[in-house]
Amino acid sequence: MPSAASEQSLVSRFQLRFRRSEAMRGYTLLSPTLTIVLLGLLFPLMILVTLSFWKQEYVDLIQTFTLTNYADFFRKKIYYLILYRSIRISLLVMLVTVLLAYPLAYFIAFHVKRNKMIWIILVTIPFWTSYLLRVFSWKVILGYNGVINSGLMSLGIIAEPLEFLLYNPIAVVITLAHAWAAVAILPIYVSLEKIDRSLIEASRDLGESAFMTFIRVTLPLSLPGVIAASLLVFIPTVGDYVTPSLVGGTRGIMIGNIIQSMFGKALNWPLGAALSIISMITVTLVVCLLLGATQLFRKKVA
Amino acid sequence: MIRTRSRLNTLSVYAVIYLIFLYAPVAVLPLFSFNDSQYITFPLLGFTFKWYAQLADSQGLQNALINSLKVGLSVALLSTVLGIFAAKAVTRYRMRRSGLLISFIMVPLVIPEIILGISLLMTFSVGGIKLSLITVGIGHLMLCTPFSMLVLISRMEGFDKSYEEAAQDLGENAWWTFWRVTFPIILPGVVASFLLTFTISFDEFILAFFLAGTDATLPLHIWSQLRFPDKLPSVLALGAIIVMVSTVVIFAAELIRRGGVDLGNKSKV
Repeated sequence: MPSAASEQSLVSRFQLRFRRSEAMRGYTLLSPTLTIVLLGLLFPLMILVTLSFWKQEYVDLIQTFTLTNYADFFRKKIYYLILYRSIRISLLVMLVTVLLAYPLAYFIAFHVKRNKMIWIILVTIPFWTSYLLRVFSWKVILGYNGVINSGLMSLGIIAEPLEFLLYNPIAVVITLAHAWAAVAILPIYVSLEKIDRSLIEASRDLGESAFMTFIRVTLPLSLPGVIAASLLVFIPTVGDYVTPSLVGGTRGIMIGNIIQSMFGKALNWPLGAALSIISMITVTLVVCLLLGATQLFRKKVA
Repeated sequence: MIRTRSRLNTLSVYAVIYLIFLYAPVAVLPLFSFNDSQYITFPLLGFTFKWYAQLADSQGLQNALINSLKVGLSVALLSTVLGIFAAKAVTRYRMRRSGLLISFIMVPLVIPEIILGISLLMTFSVGGIKLSLITVGIGHLMLCTPFSMLVLISRMEGFDKSYEEAAQDLGENAWWTFWRVTFPIILPGVVASFLLTFTISFDEFILAFFLAGTDATLPLHIWSQLRFPDKLPSVLALGAIIVMVSTVVIFAAELIRRGGVDLGNKSKV
């Protein structure tokens, strides 16, 4: 049977081609992971967008297209103000975390000669111990009857507990700067470690001071790590609601708390979805602005 | 000379202070978990094991622990298998747009967890899927797969492709080449990925908060206990245990992974 024979040869030719083609085999190996991400990430994000155009009436979702949720964001000042505050707090967290992390990464990269890995592991261990417990721990430390207040009082340094420690944006910033420390240190360390040491020596030999060498050679060369660290801290902290609800108090409420309440007490999923999307878009815009600003800085220094 | 020395000292002092800042909140947990007082305040009153004893009696805690172990082990296994496939694909085959595909898989690392959580919650709800430990596992899988892939890619890049080619030239098929050559070499990476993803899932709160049905995982149980002041000391005790176990696991993962990398470099020479 000629047709069957040719069919068979077609199949075997296809198989041969498939085996030979590196790319095909690569895609096949990658496909389970890609499928999972497609189903577990892309599809749910599409559902999120769809729901943001629906409406909630009591416990029912009304499946007709509406812009009410987005209009609500611009009409009611509270959402806008809280998003603005969240961005401001997260930017502050990013700044504090990166500024605190840079000297440590610099120390490990340039001054630790042996056992750098021990330092890296030391820095990462707190990061891997329960996030919830670390945040809770800050609540215990900063609280009215907490560790700092009771410690200072039993030492006789203060007579009354300090009230400004807990339940404000600063407590949120401290807690988050602690929680995300490792995420900031690692990329900065990697980019400092990559710098060719002879460039620094050359700058010193040509008469630049240690400080100017840092500003004009080391800092610009480590900028990719600083940018990565900034974004890795900024983006996830905008949506955090555990830290604000444990240590933030009413003045420390962030957009994450509002979104979370839309899925709990307030029960308005579509509005929650719309607020999430608006937050994501805002975060993306801020990230673009940050990247643009660093480009400008880079041009100026170089 | 003197100036560089003094700068080194300033930086060392800074590094030590920074480490204290990092470890102080972690140290609070064990410190007050042995304190014989209902309140978490100085001065310390006396040494006690009673908060630990209280943990042993809690049925809710034991259920939550078992739930977290179930989810953590399944997620660790699945994400590591997916990570092996993906890492082999991107390190061994030349593909167009592989960079784009990798960044696509990495997306869960850069979107806020709350958004991943509510998107999945809506999807399950619209699809009529009941919330359970399985839905928590699906959420964790999205979060863990990128980590597993990162660990395994660096392991696969670290060893010489010619070992695999030699096995194939000697007549092994792709399947046996993987099991007899590739897998033993990447084993430290596999173990590291398993431990890492297990720890992430075990500690994860935000996704579990949205995606768990009636079965609480350990972080959800802790969250529910935080509301009751009389439960706080035993939460500290639980925290102390978790911190200790996590530390041991992460140390082990790091040592296995790094020890493995050294081995890889030696065999390359």
